[in-house]
Amino acid sequence: MDWDWENARDSLPLLLEGLLVTVELTLLGSALAYLLGLVFAMIREARIPVLSQLIYLFVELVRSTPLLIQVFVIFWLLWPALDIKPSAFWTGVVALGIHYATYTSEAYRAGIQAVPKGQWEAATALSLPRGRVWTGVILPQAVPRVLPALGNYMISMFKETPLLLAIGVVDVLARAKEQGAETFRVIEPYTLAGLLFLLVSYPSSILVRRLERRVGHL
Amino acid sequence: MIRFDGVVKKFGDHVVLRELDFTVSPGEFVTLIGPSGSGKTTILRLLMTLERVNDGRIYVDGECLTHTSKGDKTVPANEKHLREMRKRIGMVFQQFNLFPNMNVLQNITEAPVRSLGLSKGEAEARAIDLLDMVGLSDKAKAHPSQLSGGQQQRVAIARALAMRPEVLLLDEVTSALDPELVAGVLRVLKEIATTTDITFLCVTHEMQFARDVSDRVMMFDQGQVIEDAAPEKLFTEPEHPRTREFLHAVLDRA
Repeated sequence: MDWDWENARDSLPLLLEGLLVTVELTLLGSALAYLLGLVFAMIREARIPVLSQLIYLFVELVRSTPLLIQVFVIFWLLWPALDIKPSAFWTGVVALGIHYATYTSEAYRAGIQAVPKGQWEAATALSLPRGRVWTGVILPQAVPRVLPALGNYMISMFKETPLLLAIGVVDVLARAKEQGAETFRVIEPYTLAGLLFLLVSYPSSILVRRLERRVGHL
Repeated sequence: MIRFDGVVKKFGDHVVLRELDFTVSPGEFVTLIGPSGSGKTTILRLLMTLERVNDGRIYVDGECLTHTSKGDKTVPANEKHLREMRKRIGMVFQQFNLFPNMNVLQNITEAPVRSLGLSKGEAEARAIDLLDMVGLSDKAKAHPSQLSGGQQQRVAIARALAMRPEVLLLDEVTSALDPELVAGVLRVLKEIATTTDITFLCVTHEMQFARDVSDRVMMFDQGQVIEDAAPEKLFTEPEHPRTREFLHAVLDRA
């Protein structure tokens, strides 16, 4: 087995283009997951009859089925049913966002439950409006504690984006495959794609670990 | 000002309050004493609407707190009614429960701004006066974690007063404090009690304080008031054997 430096160099521009797509997917998907997860967590913790149970069922359903199947369901069933046709990229963002929202919602819930009951009681005793209890008292205490968990989910999501190859999202891995098909040499592009993932996720995980230490001091 | 009428409160099978009746007049300072688990704190929590009654009614300032009338029927009060009623009642907790994500000034101005609709300026002026009263004018920008327990509790008192409550509930407000910090908090409370016309309902184990500031002391046992008298009378010549036993136990300790 030999390593072709030329092929490696040639594949790099394409791979970097793919990496950009991967990063965009991750950032947008995470933003959706953070927002939606928070909504899920708040609805569940607010114990709204029926709605809270529905969210619980939905979260369990999504958490116990593979992401790939969810991607297919959204792409081949949901979009046609709604009679819309978002691109593969946006399908990916939605699928990653919803899938990870079910995980982030559990992280948020742990954070919310860690806020002492006395905080709720003090807020009630001061007749703070319900919405303000959340935004002014509970979430500012709950969210910082779960930031490391949220960061870890972003890293997991980043590593799972190649799955979206299945619906034709052109990310790093797709670019590697393309390059491989063109030159009939797959070692260099795939190895480089792997390295690119490593180059992004390893420093990120160090950052998250540092965040964990800081949160530990809260 | 406060009237309990046949109030029953159960936690599961455990009956905490059994058909409790009592009244507190406007401006009165009433202290509840009695063994732990006798339901004293539950009374405060019912008034603060942190718990709901199983039966009976509670009236505050002549208005029913626990129920509203719907046509000719009375139904348990909804959240909207409770929120209106809560504005007249303040509570100071054993564990202070200051908001750790806000500084002292924000802790005090939060509710007047968000709940009463005061402007930030008005609320801050009110907060500064109150901080002065509790002797913490220099701590407005401090965070709760930078304060001693006694200071935190004085901030919590200022926070409750900022809502200008008609009734103030004190739930063992010195029980979580180091002994040397208790006096400062009690001094502040005594001053408020003597200079305002707020109605106080106080649960405490500080018998000397109860004796000093109370207009009336109610001895509680097993969910009922077993003795209700002026402090001089109750502390010096209690009638009920259970009161004697209880006072004996707590006062001997000192």
